[in-house]
Amino acid sequence: VSEAAQKTTPLYQEHVRRGARIIPFGGWLMPVQYTSIVEEHQTVRNNVGIFDISHMGQFIVEGTDASAWLNTMLTNNIDKLDVDTGQYTFLLNENGGIIDDLIVYRVGDQKFLLVVNAARVEEDFAWLDRDLRLCKEGRSPLARRSLAKEADRPGGLETAAPCDIDLKNRSANFGGVAIQGPRIGELFHALFGQDIELPARNTIVDLDFSGTNLSVARTGYTGEDGIEVFFPAEIATEFWNSAIGKGQEFGIKPCGLGARDTLRLEMCYPLNGSDLSPEHNPIEAGLGFFVDLTKPNFTGRDVLQRAKENGPAQKLVAFRMEGKGPPPRPHYSVFSNGERIGEVTSGTLSPSLNYGIGMAYLSAPHTKIGTKIEIEIRGQKFPATIEKKPLYKKS
Amino acid sequence: MNVPDDLLYTESHEWLKREGENVRVGVTDHAQAELTDVVYVELPKMDREANAHEAIAVVESVKAASDIYAPVKGKVVDVNKALESNPALINSDPFGQGWIFVLKIGNADDLKQLKDAAAYRKQIG
Repeated sequence: VSEAAQKTTPLYQEHVRRGARIIPFGGWLMPVQYTSIVEEHQTVRNNVGIFDISHMGQFIVEGTDASAWLNTMLTNNIDKLDVDTGQYTFLLNENGGIIDDLIVYRVGDQKFLLVVNAARVEEDFAWLDRDLRLCKEGRSPLARRSLAKEADRPGGLETAAPCDIDLKNRSANFGGVAIQGPRIGELFHALFGQDIELPARNTIVDLDFSGTNLSVARTGYTGEDGIEVFFPAEIATEFWNSAIGKGQEFGIKPCGLGARDTLRLEMCYPLNGSDLSPEHNPIEAGLGFFVDLTKPNFTGRDVLQRAKENGPAQKLVAFRMEGKGPPPRPHYSVFSNGERIGEVTSGTLSPSLNYGIGMAYLSAPHTKIGTKIEIEIRGQKFPATIEKKPLYKKS
Repeated sequence: MNVPDDLLYTESHEWLKREGENVRVGVTDHAQAELTDVVYVELPKMDREANAHEAIAVVESVKAASDIYAPVKGKVVDVNKALESNPALINSDPFGQGWIFVLKIGNADDLKQLKDAAAYRKQIG
């Protein structure tokens, strides 16, 4: 993809103005760092940092049958969501492979906000839209069964047309930032008012910012307390600069994708395209917690049921390098007693721990915590140990 | 960006300092800024012979690993062991304490292929 074809977020000019180093990421020109990945990483661990997440996709799903339909498309259980709460969940293909990992927020009784990965926006939308069309034609087997079941219940869908669902991609008109770090509480009050309460974890609320409605969720991808804020693109610059201005006294720094990656990897949060892919299912990724197999119908369910019963062939593990050695990187081979047992999917030098860390898919018999493994780096094998997730724990 | 006048430069952003029969080699200020935080340096083996443009060291940042090339044909006669415990010297002092290796060169004429400071400044814009 040439640079000309890359998309820019509403904050792109701000990144350039502040001297960020810009890289292509998932079809977008994004800041990878402003001053230093390590410095930005420490800022989020110790104070507070702000990230542009406008490249992430935002879909709105709305209509009488929205929750019933989403429950057939996503692995986690939508019925467990109260209004104004969100959950981490997966969009799977028929083989149980991961198309995307996302957060779905119930923002109204039958209105949902889906926040999806930048590089998957078009694919996710096409996948959802295809099923929705089948549903509307009465040809989506999963949707038909689930909706029929709801319709049987008293007060169910009797009065509504089946597949009363509207799917919108609002990504182009909305921006977002993540503000993350232990000083988020202070900054939140400085931004929204001393008498406004921080939303509870995993909840999303509408708040006023100089006359515009913003959605503020207590979520993040760093392991620190924090919020993610979604807003119309027009006010992106104003909000960004206001947050940075008011954040000065709390030590705020704008942060790039580089720090976002090291922060999430210390927490073992998976990155789609690296740790998650259509070749692996959530059970292999160790994320079965976000799959509700008690739901009768959702795409990929049968495969996951079998994977759970038989145990997955491979598992995504976290590991640390022992002693002084080069940091691990994606695609490095992993060995145990001379046998190749898998491949690294994510790796870096951990700025908090100051040793190499990573995640790898390994064949299941080699995945016990404490197992000694070797990472092959430029033809030489370096010792590593399988560790419990997360790799970084706040002291 | 700092580009000292008394050094020679390569297309691939190494600098060289002539020291009699030897050249001291590191990466430029521009290169260290592009690499970002250096977290690991793989030094060349002592006494190894290298051809010009042969990758003989690796500098790793948080994000990526980058090869460092022998700028001219020569033999490795010294390596900067200090980088093993403090790789960030490449960021803080690229032309000084951040040097990477010293090559003993066979043919001083090889140095004529390299860029002077003016030509390197032009390259990095």
